[in-house]
Amino acid sequence: MWLLYLPLVIPALAGVAARPLATVLEPRQATWLLTLTAVALAGCSSAALALLAAYAAAQAPVLAALGDYSWQVVRRGDPVPSSAGTIAGLALAAAAVAVAVIVRKRARALADSYRRAAQLHSNDTVVVVPGPAIEAYAMPGRPGRIVVSDILLDRLNTGSRAALIAHEQAHLSGRHYIFVAAARLAAAANPMLLPVARSVEYTVERWADEHAAAVTGDRGLVAETIGQVALLASSQPARLRSISLGAVGARSPRVSLAWAGPVPRRVAALLTAPPPRRITLLAVCVVLVLAAGAAALETVGDLHALLEVAQAGR
Amino acid sequence: MHEPGRPQGQASSQGAIRRAAGALEAEILGIVRTDSQPLSPGEVRERITASDQRELSYSTVVTIMSRLYDKGLLARQRAGRGFSYTAVDEASLAANQMSSALGSGIDRGAVLSRFVSGLSGRDARLLGSLLANARDSSADGPGQPRERD
Repeated sequence: MWLLYLPLVIPALAGVAARPLATVLEPRQATWLLTLTAVALAGCSSAALALLAAYAAAQAPVLAALGDYSWQVVRRGDPVPSSAGTIAGLALAAAAVAVAVIVRKRARALADSYRRAAQLHSNDTVVVVPGPAIEAYAMPGRPGRIVVSDILLDRLNTGSRAALIAHEQAHLSGRHYIFVAAARLAAAANPMLLPVARSVEYTVERWADEHAAAVTGDRGLVAETIGQVALLASSQPARLRSISLGAVGARSPRVSLAWAGPVPRRVAALLTAPPPRRITLLAVCVVLVLAAGAAALETVGDLHALLEVAQAGR
Repeated sequence: MHEPGRPQGQASSQGAIRRAAGALEAEILGIVRTDSQPLSPGEVRERITASDQRELSYSTVVTIMSRLYDKGLLARQRAGRGFSYTAVDEASLAANQMSSALGSGIDRGAVLSRFVSGLSGRDARLLGSLLANARDSSADGPGQPRERD
């Protein structure tokens, strides 16, 4: 019976492990692993909540009469306190609402993106827009578009432009928004998975960065481009330019990325060798996910068996 | 903003203006688009009068042109006491749509993949030293593979 709580605990482990995994795993591998893990664990934890609620409900005499089994037998054989069942039911309802809200929002945003991408009459994938903003992003659509502001393009040299376009192209052709949306949905169903969803947002960026590095053949160039665009887009370009020239910045031989945001982590990853594929780590993660699934399944069997006994005891 | 008030005529003429507003907007937009020069409302009014023998009040033209400006379809610059207007090109229109898209309530940021996310001050310093270190090491050993730390 305690097994039923396992699918509720494993997502917390996944949340803790997500960021280190996102850092050490090869980005494409990490994206698939983390997304599938998030979805699977969200499914398991929702199933566990449903089962807890079902156990509690099975103790209700009304339902017992309807289902023609003995609620006394269920109550005797079932260590799930009815308060836990109630809480589980409420949590499940909240999760369902949260998932519905996110599905609706994402679907609207995606439809909107498709509509706007179609509205741009140009046949080119890359749309250069005027305006004061330093902006570059990929819009899913048919065809998907890469929108870059002319101010930003003006400041980049040919190599950096190629790196930026290759990065955004990877988002479009890899349909990265699907991974991000799936992980975010999982996190809506189970908030303990929120760090996993954030890590997926990071790993798709890394995936696109590695693609850009492969296309341009220069990891350093991609790193420089990310750094340059990030500094341009941030509010204090003057101060930062002097830092990046080494005039102000204290040159630390080791830079701690422990609490760093995504941009410095991406740059740091590009300044080192490409990450290898790690089969063992992958296997460990898969085993954990399967354990959560097995625990949920096992309890479904338990509940079924219990109800059969209860029916016989009538 | 210099604008000599809304049309003051009777209720019936106000209703007529409202009915015709869509058509007038399109007409004025067409005039400004075909002209290479920035146009003042007065010049636009003259052109309408010249082409289809209609007398529009100056304030009607101003009202419609500032509405077009509000919609992002016209750009304007100060010219003397008023403004002169130019048409906004397609790319700018796209840009306006995009920026309004990013700013609006729908969760669009979620489906648009931005090249870089925001930088905190700490991240910016970190980034600075990462890039500085990288430049140093590539300057120290050209031709050497970048070292891992």
